[in-house]
Amino acid sequence: MIIQPKRINRNKKDMKILVCISHVPDTTSKINFVESDTKFDTNGVQYIINPNDEFGLTRAMWFKEKDGAEVDVINVGGAETESTLRKALAIGADTAIRVNTEALEASQVAQEIVAVIQSGGYDLIIAGRESIDYNGGMVPGMIAAMIDASYVNNCVSLEINGDKATAVREIDGGKETVTTSLPLIIGGQKGLVEESDLKIPNMRGIMMARKKPLNVIEPIGAATKAVNINYEKPAPKGEVKLVDAENIDELINLLHNEANVI
Amino acid sequence: MSVLIYAETEGGKVKKVAFEVASYGKAVADQMGCEVVAVSYNASDADVLGNYGITKVMNIACEGNFDAKIYASGIQQAAEQIGAKVVVVSSSADSRYLTPLVAVGLSAGYATNVVSAPSSLAPFTVKRSVFTNKAFTTSEISSDIKIIGVSNNAFGSIENSVSCTVEAFEADLASSTVTVESVDKATDKVTIADAEVVVSGGRGLKGPENWHMIEDLAAVLGAATACSKPVSDMGWRPHSEHVGQTGKPVASNLYIAIGVSGAIQHLAGINSSKVKVVINSDPEAPFFKAADYGIVGDAFEVVPQLIEKLKAFKAQA
Ligand SMILES: Cc1cc2nc3c(=O)[nH]c(=O)nc-3n(C[C@H](O)[C@H](O)[C@H](O)COP(=O)(O)OP(=O)(O)OC[C@H]3O[C@@H](n4cnc5c(N)ncnc54)[C@H](O)[C@@H]3O)c2cc1C
Ligand SMILES: Nc1ncnc2c1ncn2[C@@H]1O[C@H](COP(=O)(O)O)[C@@H](O)[C@H]1O
Repeated sequence: MIIQPKRINRNKKDMKILVCISHVPDTTSKINFVESDTKFDTNGVQYIINPNDEFGLTRAMWFKEKDGAEVDVINVGGAETESTLRKALAIGADTAIRVNTEALEASQVAQEIVAVIQSGGYDLIIAGRESIDYNGGMVPGMIAAMIDASYVNNCVSLEINGDKATAVREIDGGKETVTTSLPLIIGGQKGLVEESDLKIPNMRGIMMARKKPLNVIEPIGAATKAVNINYEKPAPKGEVKLVDAENIDELINLLHNEANVI
Repeated sequence: MSVLIYAETEGGKVKKVAFEVASYGKAVADQMGCEVVAVSYNASDADVLGNYGITKVMNIACEGNFDAKIYASGIQQAAEQIGAKVVVVSSSADSRYLTPLVAVGLSAGYATNVVSAPSSLAPFTVKRSVFTNKAFTTSEISSDIKIIGVSNNAFGSIENSVSCTVEAFEADLASSTVTVESVDKATDKVTIADAEVVVSGGRGLKGPENWHMIEDLAAVLGAATACSKPVSDMGWRPHSEHVGQTGKPVASNLYIAIGVSGAIQHLAGINSSKVKVVINSDPEAPFFKAADYGIVGDAFEVVPQLIEKLKAFKAQA
């Protein structure tokens, strides 16, 4: 079934944006598992806004600053993700929405987000190219298919003018510029804004975030289709073979005869 | 019951990555005891897929640029037409773009970054890499139709010659709301996604003016060039070359890192490369713990020599 998102024809300054925020372990986290390797070990792990989503959130802030857009952020997850949503509010989002259920896999998450989109009337939905934890890279595409909206993945630049959008997509070996119409969903990444543009929440932002709404809504109870049942870590690696800097022939020999890669 | 693979093409030719996808599809079909069929767009040489166990190719003619929605609709219809229970795709940017759409259309569960053939058919379980290659998980797909995204170079291409018929498939293609205005793609360069060998440079190279070393080494090896994140952040190299946890994944046969320290975020993205070589002046650089072969030395001395010696090696080979 295809559900058309409600898009009320608005002025540019009233654009409504939803930024999907995945709550992920910091990139330096040690990856371990507990409960007979069936659960990720959260012990001592710092959580962050998924880096791809952080670029998207900052891009949304620019739309807000320039055009007066309204920016909501959403996460599908348990109460532990609220600190991440508060950070998004401190960066400048207006309202946070938490769908109160454990995120088990992409199609479940996408359905839960679609249920919120249906009542929200969003013009632009910004998600990340992928979450750095489970690396699915599926949620934005699934949402796009479920609501039949325009969709651009690996998005590294986005401009909006009225009902029209111009986006740049990274492709294998290059870039592609596309034009499309709203409502639009993107899978964003670095390039939407640069690293140096990322907004670090300041004291005022953090204080304001405390007063902003963080609405907890109950899930529709979407079914799962593919779930992780257990985990393992890669086998430990052998020692590096060091080759003397004076003996490059030996390296070539090893790569040719031992590793068979040249 | 059958298995469908999506064989990508470039300029009308089946891409190399399709051979691995076909090999994977053939392995699953053998497990299930059924045939494996390919769907492709604008393939002029689709019968090469017969070398990898594909008995039939459903080729769709579609003018214009790649479009995720349009391509997804044809793949979905091909799957429906042959009653596919398993659909296998690659991990290319285009496949990752369109497959979530196919998954919704087929109400299928989709597992990405799959590294080996299903460990069981009932329940249907596959092993895939997660946490950007820092771990693996076994995922169970419970839907009637299953979609598998094969991790690059994880399964390999396995020759398995069968006779292959190519048929035109008239799909009722979707219309799209996305229009391609321009494509900026260096056609003479090997891409990180397709490369067998990747040569990567880090901050140890001191500045963009020294990148000729990386490019020359890559040229001798027919390799793609890559870089660490700070290198692209500083604008020494384009973003598209940034590899790692927050950049592109690399799953090449050989990865050569020069003047790259080997931070955890860098290693995460390149871990699934088969053989890793590091050249770094600091013997304590973390990369030495992750590499298979290493040279402790100054890149400015080692790399020019390596280029000359490799040229000589290639000339006599
Ligand atoms: C959230 C987050 C995400 C990140 N994601 C990524 C990512 O996806 N990819 C990534 O690469 N990084 C990523 N990083 C950055 C990462 O932590 C490191 O800072 C980065 O990888 C270091 O880059 P580098 O090795 O080029 O530079 P450096 O750490 O400065 O290392 C330079 C190396 O060159 C060596 N060297 C110096 N001179 C020479 C010489 N003459 N010859 C040989 N060797 C020499 C030095 O010994 C040193 O080991 C991320 C960081 C964060 C916080
Ligand atoms: N639990 C979640 N809640 C909200 N958004 C999510 C969630 N999981 C994934 N997303 C969004 O979907 C993008 C891709 O995630 P994934 O498909 O999990 O790789 C992320 O960058 C987020 O924008």
